[in-house]
Amino acid sequence: MSYTVDFAKVLSDPYGEWIMQGLGVTLQISAVSIVFSLLLGTIIAVFRLSRVKPLVWFSLAFTEFFRNTPLLVQIFFWYFGSYAILPDVVNKWLYKQDFEFAAGVIALTVYTSAFIAEEIRSGVFAIPKTQLEASRACGLSFLQAMGYVILPQAFRIVIPPLISQFLNLIKNSSLVMTIGVMDLTYMARQIEAHTFHGFEAFTVATGIYLTISLVISYSITLYNKRVLRTTSH
Amino acid sequence: MHWNVIANNFNYFLIGAYPEGPLGGLAMSILLALGGIFGAFWLGLLIGLMRMSKSRTARNFALVYTEIIRGTPLLMVIFWFYFLAPIAFGHTLPEAESALIALIVFTSAYIAEIVRAGVESLPKGQTEAARGTGLSRYQALSYVILPQALFNMIPSFVNQFVSLTKDTSLAFIIGVNELTKAATQVNNRTLNAPTEIFITIAVLYFIICYVLTALSRRLEKRINRYQARDR
Repeated sequence: MSYTVDFAKVLSDPYGEWIMQGLGVTLQISAVSIVFSLLLGTIIAVFRLSRVKPLVWFSLAFTEFFRNTPLLVQIFFWYFGSYAILPDVVNKWLYKQDFEFAAGVIALTVYTSAFIAEEIRSGVFAIPKTQLEASRACGLSFLQAMGYVILPQAFRIVIPPLISQFLNLIKNSSLVMTIGVMDLTYMARQIEAHTFHGFEAFTVATGIYLTISLVISYSITLYNKRVLRTTSH
Repeated sequence: MHWNVIANNFNYFLIGAYPEGPLGGLAMSILLALGGIFGAFWLGLLIGLMRMSKSRTARNFALVYTEIIRGTPLLMVIFWFYFLAPIAFGHTLPEAESALIALIVFTSAYIAEIVRAGVESLPKGQTEAARGTGLSRYQALSYVILPQALFNMIPSFVNQFVSLTKDTSLAFIIGVNELTKAATQVNNRTLNAPTEIFITIAVLYFIICYVLTALSRRLEKRINRYQARDR
């Protein structure tokens, strides 16, 4: 049996259109998850830095558990198993939405926020302790000191590692195809099923992921250079 | 809750249908991870050294290799090798072998970066002194530089092994009989205990990965102390 490589086939009508639709879904689920994971990750990091013991324990358990289990298992858990632990109201609301998409967003958000919390925590540790003491002495509360003094400085330090976490999230979003979200990977699989040209379909999809990654990591390099130039003045 | 589903299938989660049938479950995941880290270490070491080689061709090849792999989702690499095999060999590879090759290729790019960072973090005087005593480039590398660099890199290797252990779950997507596949099989058969099943699976992965993460933290502390004493 001979196999002829045929890229034109997987890019022709309607398959080219499918790839673009899949890319749209990938970008959409990534963007939504990036916003939520940044929020949740910041909250978890602040918990860890607070002096309230239960919050510290919660944050520790959260980061350790979600960082040390596979994302795929977490996706399956949120998709198949979350109904038993979530309140009924939340379940009803979730089922009214696009549930595959919602489960994918929850899984990607929770997984990535555990990593983001660790990045932010180490960013905050890089800020001298006297900053917090000084702002507390000025009469700011712990939350005010965090919000106005510590976090704005820490975010500047953690921007490059945060962006590489976002990059990981975009790459990890390929796993949501397993629960039926029609993203880029799902569409490549679909084209394979229709045309038997899996090699070409996945080469095209790989090329798209690679382009996104390279563009973003090139922008980080530019950002680093510019920031270094401005701070050296 | 239906925890009896877990009790009834726990053996299947651990070793699959073995010894009556093929090995599967957690045992297969661990085998994939061990095979993967062994292969990825040697391939990654090679690529990492090529990255620092004198030959421009070797350097560029290593650069392109690591950039492409690190910019691509693992799932893509897995599918890619799965669909490449029929073109390259004329027949499909067994799923487990295809997944193992993909895991090795994927992880080796990250190992190569660890190797490069480890070698570059050694003082330049080490190479100069080794070359100065009359060792060849190759001898300096294998007797002086690598033994020190690899020792310092142990925690990073352990962390990479933790990632790899989590990554083996993706082999399920092309149909390898490992822990995640066992979970979905039992879930499809019983249908009444998805929460219990996926929590159990997550805990099984967690135990392995957490123990290794804790080990890597201890090693890192010890190595830092060792280096501090040297200075």
